[in-house]
Amino acid sequence: MKRKGLIGRICADGYLGLVLALLYLPILLIIIFSFSGTSRFSFSDGVTLDSYRQLFDPELNAGLLSALKYTAILAVSASVISTILGAFSTIGIYALGRRMKKITLTVNQLPMINSEVVMAVSLMVFFAAFSFIFPQGMTRLIISHVAFCTPYVILSILPRLQRMDPNMYEAALDLGANPFSAMIKVVFPYIMPGIVSGFAMAFTLSLDDFIITQFNKGDTGIETLSTYIYEDARVKSLEPFWFAVFSIFFVVMFTLLLLMNIRKTSKEVHQ
Amino acid sequence: MKKHRFRFSRKAFAYPYMIFLLLFVVVPLVIILINAFLDDANKFTFANFAEFFSDAGGGLTVLGNSLIIGLVTTVICLVIGYPCAYLLAKYHASSKVLVLLFILPMWVNFLIRTLSTKAIFMALDVKLGMGTVLFGMVYNYLPYMILPLHTTLVSIDHSYIEAAEDLGADRMTVFLRTVLPLSTSGIVSGVTMTFIPAISTFAISEILSSSKIFLFGDAINMHFSKTTNSFGVGSVMSLVMLVLVIVANVIVNLTSKDDEGVSAL
Repeated sequence: MKRKGLIGRICADGYLGLVLALLYLPILLIIIFSFSGTSRFSFSDGVTLDSYRQLFDPELNAGLLSALKYTAILAVSASVISTILGAFSTIGIYALGRRMKKITLTVNQLPMINSEVVMAVSLMVFFAAFSFIFPQGMTRLIISHVAFCTPYVILSILPRLQRMDPNMYEAALDLGANPFSAMIKVVFPYIMPGIVSGFAMAFTLSLDDFIITQFNKGDTGIETLSTYIYEDARVKSLEPFWFAVFSIFFVVMFTLLLLMNIRKTSKEVHQ
Repeated sequence: MKKHRFRFSRKAFAYPYMIFLLLFVVVPLVIILINAFLDDANKFTFANFAEFFSDAGGGLTVLGNSLIIGLVTTVICLVIGYPCAYLLAKYHASSKVLVLLFILPMWVNFLIRTLSTKAIFMALDVKLGMGTVLFGMVYNYLPYMILPLHTTLVSIDHSYIEAAEDLGADRMTVFLRTVLPLSTSGIVSGVTMTFIPAISTFAISEILSSSKIFLFGDAINMHFSKTTNSFGVGSVMSLVMLVLVIVANVIVNLTSKDDEGVSAL
């Protein structure tokens, strides 16, 4: 029986390893062959850092740098705005009556469940109809990113707020705090973990978005990383330059996410 | 009196966002609904619906193909993903990092991953077509299947399984009559998280088939592009997509009714 369990476990790990290999093989291959200086997946030219050197070629990196700049501006502003909007709204939604709360949370779910293409075209048509209020460019992009990020912020704060003892807020009022300082000093610290994870989620969602940005960037020449990759690498095939960019991206993303999550889990264990 | 005032002021924090939702989520969808009934001269018409549902522009065929590709993708993801989630929950319930490794690819831009797979297929001289599109779809959506399945499987109370074993069930019976039924809500939400994006995505099929295979998302994209500019039919297609989304979510809500108390709502 014990041996059977062991064999079962080895088979299980083998299967899990196989699926992980499938998930990571393309990524690993790109990283390995980013050192080949070609996009032929062979080391016929030997090991070289040519693809990485191209990153510093001003002719090749101009588009990329501008895309990175816009991606960063958009991700930071969208995530900050949706975190602030989300944090206050969650407190408000929590205090709403049963019916209004249900309606608001249902509509709040729409951007999360809706197909991205539909959300993207609906915003595009909306902005076009009211183009005199919403100028093309960053305004539209920030609004649309806030629209699809805030629901996630709210849903990451709400469970924490629901677990909070309402007496804590009342106690602060009884001890002489006004509602505003009770909010800042008692409610916010309590829901802070939800706010932080909501912010992280909003930031990554905005960073990662392609479809909604693609439809709403207009023709002001604004490209984010996603749309720039789409415009450039789809037309030409993947050049060595992109191998280097992707490799750096993979490594940075994975390290950040692993660190973030490991910190989170170890914190949860301590609590 | 004081308490009443404070309740009012806290509620007020929700109002700006309620207006925001109305403006940027509800109104845009209403505009799509209106657009579906308008012709080029902004006159009321059913022609857009007629065009789509008579398959004059091939839209219905594209929807059919997308549903089939989405279904095949979802089934493959479920067949690969369920054992993954199950084994992770069974043998590695305490190892969060391993679970994380399965989820992480979700956060790397899908274009980067899709273009990487394309480059590899091209280097290997694999002909781009249905096979490569399906591979790309499964590769992209597998984490979305594993995540909800794992969440459900890990939360199954182990005493149910022990009870079934004590009552004499063999391992197959325990799985079929205890674990599988208890994970229904995870299966349904995994299927939705895979199926809905798979039929409506654009770019994956375009990149991995060299624009030979055209999916519903690509079709909606095309109708709203500047060159074709047939917003009416595009709006009808968006509405069809929206109906599919709503139906899928009604099913999800019905199956997860039992654990509603646990969920955020």
